[in-house]
Amino acid sequence: MSARSIAADVASGARSAASVLDEHLARVAEREDEIHAFNLVTEDKARAQADAVDALVAAGEPLGPLAGVPLALKDNMCTRGIPTTCSSKILEGWRPPYDATVVSRLADAGAVFVGKTNLDEFAMGSSTENSAFGPTRNPLDTGRVPGGSSGGSAAAVAADFAPLAIGSDTGGSIRQPAAFCGIVGMKPTYGAVSRYGLIAFGSSLDQFGPFAANVADAAALFDVIAGHDPLDSTSITDFTPNAVDHLDRGVEGLRVGVVRELSGGAGSVDGLSADVLARTNEAIEALAAAGAKVEEVSVPSATLGLSAYYIVAPAEASSNLARYDGVRYGLRVDAATTGEMNTATRTAGFGAEVKRRIMLGTYALSAGYYDAFYGKALKVRTMMLRDFASVYENYDVLVTPTAPTTAFPFGERSADPMTMYVNDVCTIPSNLTGHPGISVPFGVGDDGLPVGVQVLAPALGDGLTFQVGAVLEAAANGGDAS
Amino acid sequence: MTSCEPTVHEPTLPDEWELVVGLEVHVELATQTKLFCGCANEFSTDPNTNVCPVCLGLPGALPVMNAKAVHYAMKLGRALGCEVHDSVMARKNYFYPDMAKDYQTTQYDKPTSIDGELVLGDGAVVGIERAHIEEDAGKTTHVGGGGRINDAMFSLVDYNRAGVPLVEVVSRPDIRTIEHAKAYVNELRDILLAIEVSDAKMEEGSMRVDANVSVRPVGSDELRTRCELKNINSVRSMGRAIEYEARRHIVLYANGEAPRQETRHWDEEGGRSTPGRSKEDADDYRYFQEPDLVPLAPSAEVVAAIDATMPVLPAARRARLGELSGASPEVLATVVERGQDGLALEAIEAGADADKVLTRLQNDVAVNDWSKLTSSSLAALITMETSGELTATQAKQVLADLIESGGDPAAIAGERGFEVMEGNELEDIVDQLLADNPDEWARFTSGDDGDRKKMQGFFTGQIMKATKGQADGRAIAQLLGRKAN
Amino acid sequence: MSERITRDEVIHVARLARLDLSDAEIDEFAHQMSDILDHAADIEALDVGDIEPTSHPLPMVNVLRADERRPSLDRDEVLAAAPAEQNGQFRVPPILGDEL
Repeated sequence: MSARSIAADVASGARSAASVLDEHLARVAEREDEIHAFNLVTEDKARAQADAVDALVAAGEPLGPLAGVPLALKDNMCTRGIPTTCSSKILEGWRPPYDATVVSRLADAGAVFVGKTNLDEFAMGSSTENSAFGPTRNPLDTGRVPGGSSGGSAAAVAADFAPLAIGSDTGGSIRQPAAFCGIVGMKPTYGAVSRYGLIAFGSSLDQFGPFAANVADAAALFDVIAGHDPLDSTSITDFTPNAVDHLDRGVEGLRVGVVRELSGGAGSVDGLSADVLARTNEAIEALAAAGAKVEEVSVPSATLGLSAYYIVAPAEASSNLARYDGVRYGLRVDAATTGEMNTATRTAGFGAEVKRRIMLGTYALSAGYYDAFYGKALKVRTMMLRDFASVYENYDVLVTPTAPTTAFPFGERSADPMTMYVNDVCTIPSNLTGHPGISVPFGVGDDGLPVGVQVLAPALGDGLTFQVGAVLEAAANGGDAS
Repeated sequence: MTSCEPTVHEPTLPDEWELVVGLEVHVELATQTKLFCGCANEFSTDPNTNVCPVCLGLPGALPVMNAKAVHYAMKLGRALGCEVHDSVMARKNYFYPDMAKDYQTTQYDKPTSIDGELVLGDGAVVGIERAHIEEDAGKTTHVGGGGRINDAMFSLVDYNRAGVPLVEVVSRPDIRTIEHAKAYVNELRDILLAIEVSDAKMEEGSMRVDANVSVRPVGSDELRTRCELKNINSVRSMGRAIEYEARRHIVLYANGEAPRQETRHWDEEGGRSTPGRSKEDADDYRYFQEPDLVPLAPSAEVVAAIDATMPVLPAARRARLGELSGASPEVLATVVERGQDGLALEAIEAGADADKVLTRLQNDVAVNDWSKLTSSSLAALITMETSGELTATQAKQVLADLIESGGDPAAIAGERGFEVMEGNELEDIVDQLLADNPDEWARFTSGDDGDRKKMQGFFTGQIMKATKGQADGRAIAQLLGRKAN
Repeated sequence: MSERITRDEVIHVARLARLDLSDAEIDEFAHQMSDILDHAADIEALDVGDIEPTSHPLPMVNVLRADERRPSLDRDEVLAAAPAEQNGQFRVPPILGDEL
């Protein structure tokens, strides 16, 4: 059932929030052992929230827009009094003394928190294989990864443990798992959604965003979480989210650019599999059939994104993760001196991928190398911003595949970090530029697994991504607007 | 340490060496709240009670800049004659338990204020390289062993102070004497108090001084290896530290060695500096722009408004008094430092002798509370003294009364029985005495120096007898001198 | 494949980052980091000329808050998470060999 219909049923009294929750928890009980979408199922909290909603309904009090709707939270979101681990041993058992702003907004909207979902440790990864607490399995094929880093949230929605989930996207960590799991995932414009309480990985790149089984639900969730937060200095001051308003505007006359460098043809990066490209082309044709003006366009700096990202993100991460030192919270491995204690704690507490990125980032920022790597990467970012800006003068949105392949089997890409990083080649540019992007399922690959198509828009064009996404979804579903 | 350790308390450096000192002063801003969060910016003896996710650096917390701190920082920059321009916060990355995030949010290559100067009481100018905004760290206490860090069994950390707003003022290495170093710190403190951005108390830690010390041969303009001295807790201690360190360098050079560039810890009790602990990698701070904050871009209007509301600063206040009197720089500095220059100006405007006003203030109004002394009563008193109505001793007495309980100087003089001696009355007495003692007067007017002195004493004694001690010694001397010519 | 990052550099970086790596890990990281940075060669070779770096995708300035008190955390809740505490403070082993 869609989140909207659940909300409508609860509001009308047709169903109780408690019974909605029971239904979802039953599915969790049935498949969670197999899928491991959650680090923690927060049943007590959920029941209390559902009961509170039912009490409001009974009293005829006003309800939030998501009242009674079960929702899963990625375990890098601070939830007061509820363990928040980032799927890392270094934060195992840590209970934040505060709620992330997004968590407060969702609670105020009446959402029912089913649990904290699994992720690649500290959001570093594209498969959720880097979790310290075991991987999450793709509900559509449990021999395959769900994508990452928000694999748990994507799997929770794909398995209908909850119709809605929140993930975070730093280099594609919402969009790529959405594509792998056959659901909708969206990364907002940087600054559209508060980062207060988002346990930081890459501060200039991170954004919370919505997962849902359909575009309309994702839009509704976006409208609840987005908007200025005075506790986040990087949060956009003048931003009124109105994604739902965009849903039925269609694409008549819209100028759609197909990014040559990510299209598989001449001038494109390698590694985009043929079936993914085929589905993407079909999606593009569907937009044309719906009245859009479609054209190929070159965005040369798009391919530089991967290199720049794998310097900028680890650099920021190396600094953001310094605080995990065993002094104030989390794991501590004792030693004779504080310095040794820091080292022993971090060595025991961080997994290999996290260590690798901390090392990379520390190196990129270190004396003698700053200009060559980090300094250079920031200039590449400027180039990308200029490039995209000039493209968006002539195009309203851009379309690319979301990921180069469908969901791959466990272990296939763990040996060599670069093969894992390449997963993000289509999504990374918009993290560096801060532009919004959505992944919408569009058909399946040769292996029967879902393919996701990405729609990108300029900054503050969040509504536009849902607008185009809705058309793609209708086309994918055979022309029905479900 | 070598047997060539320098002894301290020699008053000057060897002639051929010149002192080169730059001072880095950290100033705690007197805002209500911390730099990045709404926790109280106030001293508390109850540890970890003024903390929140932001200043504790909890996962997910984010900083938001305090507008007042920025305002105070710009005000300080302008008071130091700096250019205030667009600035950017940066992260300084290193591990230390008093830093909750294991990086300090500070300013690096684009600080708030640059290129100013501080003018000292004697007119010497010390360049200000920059003044930037940064957050303070928490406090660590070392427990066990000797209470010093090397003997500790464990350490305790309190984050109440973490996140308190600081401005770091960095001078150019223009300071050449210890007196100037002290004057610099005192002047900076006076400015901070005048513009009301900090209470600037070294004893309480709201102003902290680190000294960068090097030496060079007189006549050279090179900058040799410098050492940074930390743990200086008073102006006096700073003087000792600078002197010790300079001598240590000189001894090293004399032995054909050279000081290592390092941070050293000043040990006030032992009267020496010791090397900071080994910091092999501590200097690679990997600065980069703080991604959780956006740049500061003050408009020209904002800076103009700060200039327009800037109070008159100590240097200008000294200058204003200096225009009106011949008092020495020390006197001007003291009067201004105490905040008595307003009083002095009004008294001078009311007609009192400027030099006398300032001297009396410096010598006799060195008190905490002089609120009962008004400028009109001060002016009246000074005039009574300079006209000879009161002796110096009597004037001091009346002044003390005015400070204690206010009132009118003439009334007080009357109550105390200080006859306000009319000028004519004194002169009449003197004329009478001269007439009665012609031989002595002749010796005074035409005798040699020895005679003159003796006769002056004779007549002064006689006049004192005749006036029951109420005549003013100087007035007498002046009168005698006048009559002799 | 050139090893652009040496073992010694890896050891140095690990120390900066407070990480203890085994010999095998040092070699592995040296290799992997070199590999990743080799892929960054495309930007290394780029002539970016006078382009200004962008730290931030958003062109915002002057985000400030009023100097007003907000509630602090309850100390008990703060220290409940502490690995070790004493007298209301966080307790750590002796601090040696670090910045003064």
